Amino acid sequence: MTMNANDLLLDIRELTIHYVTDNGTVHAVEGLNLELGRGETLGLVGETGAGKTTTALGITRLLPVPPGVVRGGQILFDGEDVLLKDEEEMRSIRGGKIAMIFQDPMTSLNPVMTVDKQVAEMIKLHRKVSESEALEQAAEMLDLVGIRRERLRDYPHQFSGGMKQRVVIAIALACDPKLLIADEPTTALDVTIQAQVLELMKNLKRQFGTSMILITHDLGIVAETCDKVGIMYAGRLVEYGDTKSLYDNPNHPYTVGLFKSVPDLEEDCDELSVIPGLMPDPMDLPSGCAFHPRCSHAEEACSRERPVMIEIEPGHFIACPVRARALGKA
Amino acid sequence: MSEKSAPYIRVENLKKYFHTKSGMLHAVDDVSFSVQKGETLGLVGESGCGKSTLGRCIIRLLESTSGRVLITDEKGTDGYTDITKVSASQMKELRKRVQIVFQDPYSCLNPRLPVRELIAEPLIVNRVFRDKASMQRRVRELMSIVGLAERLENSFPHELDGGRRQRIGIARSLALDPEFIVLDEPVSALDVCIQAQILNLLNSLQKQFGYTYIFISHNLSVVKHVSDRIAVMYLGKIVELSDYKILFKDPLHPYTQALLSAIPIPKVGVRRDRIILEGDVPSPIEPPEGCRFLGRCFYRQERCGRETPELREIEPGRFVACHFARELVAQGGRTA
Repeated sequence: MTMNANDLLLDIRELTIHYVTDNGTVHAVEGLNLELGRGETLGLVGETGAGKTTTALGITRLLPVPPGVVRGGQILFDGEDVLLKDEEEMRSIRGGKIAMIFQDPMTSLNPVMTVDKQVAEMIKLHRKVSESEALEQAAEMLDLVGIRRERLRDYPHQFSGGMKQRVVIAIALACDPKLLIADEPTTALDVTIQAQVLELMKNLKRQFGTSMILITHDLGIVAETCDKVGIMYAGRLVEYGDTKSLYDNPNHPYTVGLFKSVPDLEEDCDELSVIPGLMPDPMDLPSGCAFHPRCSHAEEACSRERPVMIEIEPGHFIACPVRARALGKA
Repeated sequence: MSEKSAPYIRVENLKKYFHTKSGMLHAVDDVSFSVQKGETLGLVGESGCGKSTLGRCIIRLLESTSGRVLITDEKGTDGYTDITKVSASQMKELRKRVQIVFQDPYSCLNPRLPVRELIAEPLIVNRVFRDKASMQRRVRELMSIVGLAERLENSFPHELDGGRRQRIGIARSLALDPEFIVLDEPVSALDVCIQAQILNLLNSLQKQFGYTYIFISHNLSVVKHVSDRIAVMYLGKIVELSDYKILFKDPLHPYTQALLSAIPIPKVGVRRDRIILEGDVPSPIEPPEGCRFLGRCFYRQERCGRETPELREIEPGRFVACHFARELVAQGGRTA
């Protein structure tokens, strides 16, 4: 995947992350390549165990060690490899330049601290400001996410799920980060509240010019919020492209299967199409293409050679030589 | 589904209130509807709207505060039995006919029992078989019905993935040959690919055995896929109930409109007029008189605060609980 190096905010090369356990090694991320341009929103889609969250934890160096081990690769953020930073440098990057929103707002907030203090805590950590200045900036930030002044001194349990997620967003954006990683930010929310929160995130992203990686399993959310999308399967990217190009024309057999298994709101069908088989055991990934045992296009070579990304349309890549050949692109 | 034939289950004015420290919580508040034999009624709503409580009251896993749940008597007779009033021994008999599948296949199975014992449990409890061999045959038969390979019969739940665990839950609910199954968010904990497998399974079982389903879910695309009719709940009340096609094409209640417009669609460039609701769902504790949706409604008028709108049939088979439903029909549904 080629993009002018200066336009790249994040460039992940051959990232491999394993979890070493007593029962064996979990291949959570295997040779992942991923790029994110400045100001872009990338949707990272995949099922449980595809390696989405592990990738995010790798970028922020929040991987639990042990059992997590980064086996190799580079994570270039703004041209510098975060894997080479020491813990002190990481502390200034985390929250300052790269912020993260987790799935469950109930567990990412401190239950015994008022919400304005929690936002101010972040501001004080990254900016040289006094307590009162930090609190004032926190109040402005909370106002921006739709939390009124009279609720600043409230505790997390006094807020609903959607409002708590707003507080989390305020904390994440308080220091104007360059990259926001949102890991399933609306999965715990109801659909009408989800609509509110996504709308808010879109507006703030535009306002601050933040780049974003949105991790989700919901193809609908990606269609509405992301410029680019990457589909992950068994620790690898199998398809990547402009959201429009990929949604109009999904090509990797796994992506095609994934799209077909979602019930369609507009059309009626009696039976949903199903990808045969199950996700492979991450301790024992199939050789070659990890998807080949479930793939109807699989050929003999698929079990031997690990597929590389092939560009099938400008900016649209698939890791499937068989399909690429069928499209005349191999 | 013909509306003329007598319904299989009739829920009448069902209420379930919970005492809490801060007052009476109206979880299910005066809900009435009916389900035909062999039909799937979808029950949608956001967390806390009372859909699971309603499902549990219907099969009496919870005692209702008031109201009736009438189930057609065993084959042949025209009579009904009120599930909420029967004695414990009658209820035990009834349980063979009404079953439930729970949301979380991780917590509803005893982790210390292997698959074959988990599936045999309902057969043992109800003393269906005298000899072990025929019970084992039935367990194997159930495993094959729900698509569990025979080699898994000695596996424990923790060794299996979510989809297979949900298959065990389904097998358990089918063990006693039920007629009616409440499916309480049966695919919410599952990935989309596994979700598709389970939805297909439930669909084919219904075709094969003629089950009547109540399918509870917060996922609207899933509900649309499985249901014949859909009831939308908001804060303990059904606000709209109609044929799934009509409901999705032309929702009438303002809440249904907002709910449907909020679904993210996996297609690029499909722009819809999204209705972003203000605020959150209010507390179900001691709700005030008037329409429950009042505070977030974009059509609200003075009358809505005074009178609670009843669920009215405004066209055959189309029920809406909004004072202005008729005007909304005249305007062709969505006007916001």
